[in-house]
Amino acid sequence: MKHSFTDYIYRSYRKRKVINAVMYVLLSIAVTLAIIPLLSVFGYVIVQGMPALNLEFFTGLPKPVGEIGGGMANALVGTCTLVLIASVVGVPWGIAVGLYLSEYGKDGRLSSIVRFCADMLASIPSIIVGLFVYALVVLPMKRFSALAGGLALGLLMIPTVSRTTEELLKMVPNHIREAGLALGLPRWKVILWIVLKGSRGPITTGIMLSIARIAGETAPLLFTAFNNRFWQSGLDQPISSLPVQIYTYAISPYDDWHRQAWAGAFVLVLLVFMINIITRLIFAATIRKRQES
Amino acid sequence: MSSVLVVRKLNAWFGHTQALKEISMEFEQNSVTAIIGPSGCGKSTFIRCMNRLHEEVPEARASGEVFLEGKNIYLPEVDPVAIRRKIGMVFQKPNPFPSLSVFDNVAVGLKLAGVKRSAVLKEAVERSLILAALWDEVKDGLHSPGTSLSGGQQQRLCIARALAVEPSVLLMDEPTSALDPISTAKIEELMTELKKAVTIVIVTHNMQQAARISDKTGFFLLGELIECGDTSQIFTAPKDKHTERYITGRFG
Repeated sequence: MKHSFTDYIYRSYRKRKVINAVMYVLLSIAVTLAIIPLLSVFGYVIVQGMPALNLEFFTGLPKPVGEIGGGMANALVGTCTLVLIASVVGVPWGIAVGLYLSEYGKDGRLSSIVRFCADMLASIPSIIVGLFVYALVVLPMKRFSALAGGLALGLLMIPTVSRTTEELLKMVPNHIREAGLALGLPRWKVILWIVLKGSRGPITTGIMLSIARIAGETAPLLFTAFNNRFWQSGLDQPISSLPVQIYTYAISPYDDWHRQAWAGAFVLVLLVFMINIITRLIFAATIRKRQES
Repeated sequence: MSSVLVVRKLNAWFGHTQALKEISMEFEQNSVTAIIGPSGCGKSTFIRCMNRLHEEVPEARASGEVFLEGKNIYLPEVDPVAIRRKIGMVFQKPNPFPSLSVFDNVAVGLKLAGVKRSAVLKEAVERSLILAALWDEVKDGLHSPGTSLSGGQQQRLCIARALAVEPSVLLMDEPTSALDPISTAKIEELMTELKKAVTIVIVTHNMQQAARISDKTGFFLLGELIECGDTSQIFTAPKDKHTERYITGRFG
């Protein structure tokens, strides 16, 4: 036996090592290519936005055309207001849909329709939702308003919140529900105070992520919340928001407005980034707590 | 001795499969009755019919009569929720409610039933935990999560949770099969105390356990009640040859 079996093993091992190395390099290149656009967007926003940022940006109102300076205080408060209205609409609605899908509908015909619609709503261009609210609220009210904007954003939250709620409630083992029922509690109390309450940590995470997603939405606000150069005087009035303000300034011909648009973009990215980080920290903490127990 | 629970011609199905056939059985007040039999013989289904939990499973149904303190709980006008307050249950796997403290795990049944006065709740929690022989181990950590206890402690917590709403019957579905021998011994010891307060029906795979703790024993096979009687009689002089073969370990 001149060319032994061991020889063959060694040769094939060398070959496999080469293939392994080539594949590893290819995958690394793919990852790098995917990260480059993300990092360059971040980097560019930081480079352009950071120097444009000053105290006036956070405290001042937009200045009239031609005057240098001013800030986006009203847009910052506006975005917070819109997110708040959106949450009031989207969170209970989304959780209710999720509860239905996981606890009541199960595998019924209606649930598969609802699930399909939720997925459709999640993938629908957000400007369509804006148009829908325009027809539903803005036209009858005959004006743009914070309420219309908040409603549009709230509708966009529903699919994310409902699917997260559904998935998380499905993770609660059935014997927990049975233990609740065996105590002589009506089903709805078991669902609300034992099943839902037990998953409130991870559901909060889902809500935060959906907030991070809608906080930067521009398109659905263009013809619902519109924009406002001043502090809004009521929820039935047009309201300013960071994304729309950035959009307005970015397409203007003035250098100072461009500067401010960058600052706004920087703040918006920072805001979304922070929501994501905080959410992850909360989630990590709940996971750790579960593992300890 | 009076029978607190009487079962008459109980049938149960999962879809088209019949899981229980014409079961009739009586349970005496302040006694421990063991239900034994091989896997899949309908033991668990049987006790789940007694608090009407069986019907919560999709496509599951039951028919027959179960009298609790003289009233048939299978009449259409009877609310299963009210029945379950009178007939508590402990499950095979310890299942304290996640993210509720030890205190809240025990108090939740009363709290959600509308009891608000904290003095009443405190009293009920302490009484139930003492009854479940867990008080001394948890009295300094009532506000730590229920899931932080050991497996054996969690199961006694679940017993305390069931006792807090003051049921007259306690159903136990293989309550020690997921526990170590020491925890098992503790729970067995506890049961002889518990039967002073409640009537106990326990499903068990462990025949030594049935012999040790129960007053009466019922032997189930393929959805039928083969034999039922005093535990000492079942284990020393079974009337049916299937019972004899099962308790001597020749099948099952």
